[in-house]
Amino acid sequence: MNVSQLVETLNLTIFSGSRGLNKPIAGGYTSDLLSDVMGNAEEGDVWITLQTHKNVMAIAQLKDLAAVVLVKGLKPDADTLVQSEAEGIPLLGTNEPAFDITGKLYKLIANDSGLTISL
Amino acid sequence: MHFTYLITGGNFTHAGHASSQVKRILKQLNVNPVTIKRIVVALYEAEVNVVAHAYRGNIDVDIEPERVLVLITDEGPGIADIELAMKEGYSTASPKVREMGFGAGMGLSNMKKNSDKLIIQSQVGQGTHVELTTFLTQ
Ligand SMILES: Nc1ncnc2c1ncn2[C@@H]1O[C@H](COP(=O)(O)OP(=O)(O)OP(=O)(O)O)[C@@H](O)[C@H]1O
Ligand SMILES: [Mg+2]
Repeated sequence: MNVSQLVETLNLTIFSGSRGLNKPIAGGYTSDLLSDVMGNAEEGDVWITLQTHKNVMAIAQLKDLAAVVLVKGLKPDADTLVQSEAEGIPLLGTNEPAFDITGKLYKLIANDSGLTISL
Repeated sequence: MHFTYLITGGNFTHAGHASSQVKRILKQLNVNPVTIKRIVVALYEAEVNVVAHAYRGNIDVDIEPERVLVLITDEGPGIADIELAMKEGYSTASPKVREMGFGAGMGLSNMKKNSDKLIIQSQVGQGTHVELTTFLTQ
């Protein structure tokens, strides 16, 4: 699955960074603590967060994340948009809260990799 | 090869700039991507610590074929108890800084985990000096 398929399936808003829509998705990480993401997110992850400032894109770039999803209808700061565009890392949005969108992303990734989820 | 960068305390807009530049340089030098990531994770945390906790600082990156040495020196309040500061979860970050998602108290342990050698020296009321060494094995 790549970022553009994720956008389509979960009906996400594309704020910027559409150059990176073909990036493949390896997994996901949900957190609002930046050094937690720095320490624990992995390359190719989609990062789900409510943080909207520019440091989010700095971390996404340093960690080679696939995309960032802002939750609850939050809008990125102007300089966050600029950096997402410059790095070609998609900055996406949803009206849903982190729990719901994380659950959906988890299910998609599990289905995509042929895992059977039993809950 | 030698590079230097300046860091201004309180300026979060600029935080991560040096780390980003260093990532580009190491990529051009064909350093292994896993090693690059470890170096920039550690450097980013050090950079943000100067922005969040100190007044000003500078970064000195020295690249040799066998190792990358990063020195981060700041003028700031210093760290009274380094052992305590290293504990995951310990943070003196201001409410404003925490609102941005910093202040989990994980930065120093990320630096420790993502470097081969970490040395921290600090003088209360003067500043902090951090040395990060990463060995490059081909
Ligand atoms: N350069 C520095 N100058 C002064 N104090 C520092 C410096 N670096 C770290 N500290 C002190 O050590 C504590 C722990 O640092 P650490 O990076 O682990 O966590 P944090 O910066 O508070 O939060 P996080 O890094 O998770 O966003 C800080 O809260 C601060 O009290
Ligand atoms: Mg820190």
